[in-house]
Amino acid sequence: MKKSARSRRLMPPVAAVLATAAVALAAAGCGGGAADAGAPAVPGGPSLTPVPMTAGTILGAGASFPAPLYMKWGSDYKGVAGAKLNYQSIGSGGGISAIEAKTVDFGASDAPLEQTDLEANGLVQFPMVVGGVVLVVNLNGVADGQLKLTPDLVAGIYMGTVTTWNDPAIAKLNPGVKLPSTKINVVHRSDGSGTTWIFTHYLTDAAGSIWTAGADKEIAWPVGVGGKGNEGVAASVQQLSGSIGYVEYAFAKQTGMTTAQLQNKDGQWVKPSIASFNAAAANADWKGSLPSMYMVLVNQAGAETWPITGASFILVQKDQADAGRAKAMLDFFDWCYAKGADGAAALDYVPIPANVYKLVEKQVWPTITVSGTPVWP
Amino acid sequence: MSAVAKVRTAPARRRSIARRKATDLVIKVLSWIGATCGIAVMAFIVGEVVVRGAGALNVAFFTQPTPQDVTSNAGGFANAIVGTLAITGVAALIAIPMGFLGGVYLAEFGRNGRIATAVRMIANVVMGVPSIIVGVFAFAIIVKPLQHYSGFAGSVALAFIMLPLIARTTEDILNLVPNEIRESGLAMGAPRWKVTLGVICKAARGGLITGATLAIVRVAGETAPLLFTALSSPYWMTGLFGPGGFFGGPVANLTKTIYDFSGSPYPHWQELAWGGALVIIIAVLGMNILVRLLFQRGKEW
Amino acid sequence: MSTVELEAPHNPGVPRGAAQAAARGHRLRLGDPIFRVVATACGLALAVAMFGLAGVLIYNSWPAISGLGTSVLTTVAWSPVNHQYGALAALAGTFLSTLVAMVIAVPLALVIALLLVELVHPAVARVVGTAIEMLAAIPSIIFGMVGIFVIVPFIQDKLVPWLLTTPLGGLPGIKPGPQFQGGGVSIFTGGVVLAFMVLPYITAVSRDVLKMVPQVTKEAGYGMGSTTWEVMHKISLRYANSGIVGAVFIGLGRALGETMAVAFLIGSLFTALPRSIFDPGTSIASLIALTFSEATDKIQVSALVELGLILFLITVVFQIIAQIWLRRVQRSTGGRA
Repeated sequence: MKKSARSRRLMPPVAAVLATAAVALAAAGCGGGAADAGAPAVPGGPSLTPVPMTAGTILGAGASFPAPLYMKWGSDYKGVAGAKLNYQSIGSGGGISAIEAKTVDFGASDAPLEQTDLEANGLVQFPMVVGGVVLVVNLNGVADGQLKLTPDLVAGIYMGTVTTWNDPAIAKLNPGVKLPSTKINVVHRSDGSGTTWIFTHYLTDAAGSIWTAGADKEIAWPVGVGGKGNEGVAASVQQLSGSIGYVEYAFAKQTGMTTAQLQNKDGQWVKPSIASFNAAAANADWKGSLPSMYMVLVNQAGAETWPITGASFILVQKDQADAGRAKAMLDFFDWCYAKGADGAAALDYVPIPANVYKLVEKQVWPTITVSGTPVWP
Repeated sequence: MSAVAKVRTAPARRRSIARRKATDLVIKVLSWIGATCGIAVMAFIVGEVVVRGAGALNVAFFTQPTPQDVTSNAGGFANAIVGTLAITGVAALIAIPMGFLGGVYLAEFGRNGRIATAVRMIANVVMGVPSIIVGVFAFAIIVKPLQHYSGFAGSVALAFIMLPLIARTTEDILNLVPNEIRESGLAMGAPRWKVTLGVICKAARGGLITGATLAIVRVAGETAPLLFTALSSPYWMTGLFGPGGFFGGPVANLTKTIYDFSGSPYPHWQELAWGGALVIIIAVLGMNILVRLLFQRGKEW
Repeated sequence: MSTVELEAPHNPGVPRGAAQAAARGHRLRLGDPIFRVVATACGLALAVAMFGLAGVLIYNSWPAISGLGTSVLTTVAWSPVNHQYGALAALAGTFLSTLVAMVIAVPLALVIALLLVELVHPAVARVVGTAIEMLAAIPSIIFGMVGIFVIVPFIQDKLVPWLLTTPLGGLPGIKPGPQFQGGGVSIFTGGVVLAFMVLPYITAVSRDVLKMVPQVTKEAGYGMGSTTWEVMHKISLRYANSGIVGAVFIGLGRALGETMAVAFLIGSLFTALPRSIFDPGTSIASLIALTFSEATDKIQVSALVELGLILFLITVVFQIIAQIWLRRVQRSTGGRA
């Protein structure tokens, strides 16, 4: 066969590239374990071949609030059942966007959708975990849990009316704490965030006379720099001295950041902890929230309650295209509800109690169907 | 100036010379300081990555996939490295043949014609398009219609960036080949395509490989085009299709993972990010040095 | 077959081509035209790619263009939740950070280039020059990382507090505005990191341009008794003027479109114009990168693509200007800039 000059010239680089790609794909195949060649590419698209129940990858995206827990659950679940969870922390706004566009199997959001929005997009919603939002500060010489702040002060800081750390109002509450005279550098979220949703609902509820910037996933912040995701806010507060930010508790605890005490609705000073989140979550009337399961848990009554508590939700398409994939996904959530309590405790999240899980299983999951047939059980 | 100087008295001339010499000295000193500062900062940047990343490069780094559990210290970057190799490799497969032939067109056929000049200018313009825009473009034409992220979409975005690079470097290299070689090939009666591919390209092989390699290495370091196309994943690719496969779902890659981990507050993840950054620097600088050493005649740009 | 072609029978009087064409028959007639067509197609593919990109951008931003009109360019705040889709804050941030980058990078680049060409031993110049060219290849994410972990704390803890105690701290543009948050993540930090990203490019091109100043002219200057600085600025820089401007434009184009380094460092403030370089802000590229994946509203997605289109047009204009400058340099110096 005539060896063309062209192939001779192109051979070295093309061969190198082909070899690299081939090696990469082969390595991927070998390292990936069970191959999944038969599964359809598109959650909303046609199924090519039936898929074994627990093999494969479940793709989820959304809130960074529960991200450490979901990723830990995914890692633990892989050890147990083999199915893999790929969870991308892109913010609640991103999760809602992705599940509406059907580019993911499930979306996660701490800002629950109202029933009208759910119906308009063909989605169902159910709570997966409860956690607390805490204020973290970067101040030299201030210990974890030492600084005390009232809702009015937090609102003032985020409105830009309280500008220095040694402001008389802060100093009065914190005698004996070394407060510098420097400016308070404010950090908030730059992306559409369920954590922001929870935090701003708290400010509106507890300090409504001072906080006038609204309550939503994204607001027009009066002051401050933006960080991307809970991760970004935590990282920013770590890097900027004299700064304050709001993050989900796991981000503060796992990184050893300094948190502040808050005065709750009952006037008690509380530090963030599983017990205080639990106390807030205990007040929730989940049955009454059906069918959307929309729930706001901020500023609950009780001596021990943490005032900035919130639930994080999963959003799933009602009409699924592939029964195998949908079942695999619900299997994973079932495991999280039933067996995920230890993982949640390790990261200081409050798992959803068993009776609420029953509600979800009996009232919400039956509406998830493939061509009319319910996927669960 | 010399005419004026002749009119001046000797002391005035000496003062003027002294002033000019003083200015010269001051500027020289400032220049040395400025240049040293500038170069020092750049060396510092590389040094910082080396120092912070060296500690992260162990066996686990190169064998374990990226961690998901923030409570553990396990994990590595292996799947991200493989993912980048795959995505960049496929991008090269798409872009190199097309870019090479495009460069051949510009050098051999179009030359100074109107169409070729326009294509050349367009290629230069495309080279300047911000890579985030290319990412948005790839999202709009591949991810959105197919309704899933994929490593392939990332490859398409990277190929888009590589295409004009390779075309222009090919053209530049081919233009360096003396016309005599072209003429002697054609005079022997060989058809145009044989002369171009067999003779000229063989003469310019060093430069062409250099250009292609440098283009590959350059896009391997891009992050923005992969943000909305390949996304990321904590697992190995499971074949080609399906939600874990190259064409079917998100694929782990070096740059996006570094972006995610360096924006996180966990020290272990940050350390892994520095390790990944060091790997990139070694690859980029290493390939640069390699192609220069091997193909010294190659054009550098 | 190839050997037969090259050793075709040598028949004086008969044109080679004709003999060989006759000998080869049909194959020759297709090989060349196919090659030409394929090569031309690939060449045109470049143009198709660019027009495709522009087309997709325009198509996807059309709802915003027709629905919002010029308000995108006149409104300051980008706040989709308040139905405000203003690009002005992002445009201001883009230009300010690029300005800071150029102010830092261009003098440094010129000084380094002049040093390499005039003041140091050629061997040193070659090594340093190669090192600088390789630095140009370092990906932007790395600059972003060094930025967050090293430069941000330095600016926040050391540079800004010191600067504010000096008289410089009261100048307009430096004096902190209402949005000031310590200066660690700010336009300035973004600009500083951008400066070191474009520094290698501008240095490399300036050095190449300065090398092309004819030795004779410089020697004539030295022969007249000029000092090194006088030769540099009266002869070399004047000669290389256009080329250096072209280099600056190239650096400018890169700085305008830079995403990853800036996204970390500029502060992500979408809703107000920065009053000082130490205020936080945003740039078009980082705004798109940070908010694109969560845009649900049709108008929001379309407005983001419109921002992308604006950025695209800006970089195209700068590229074209750079091309024209560089072509002018090529003509005047007779070589390649």
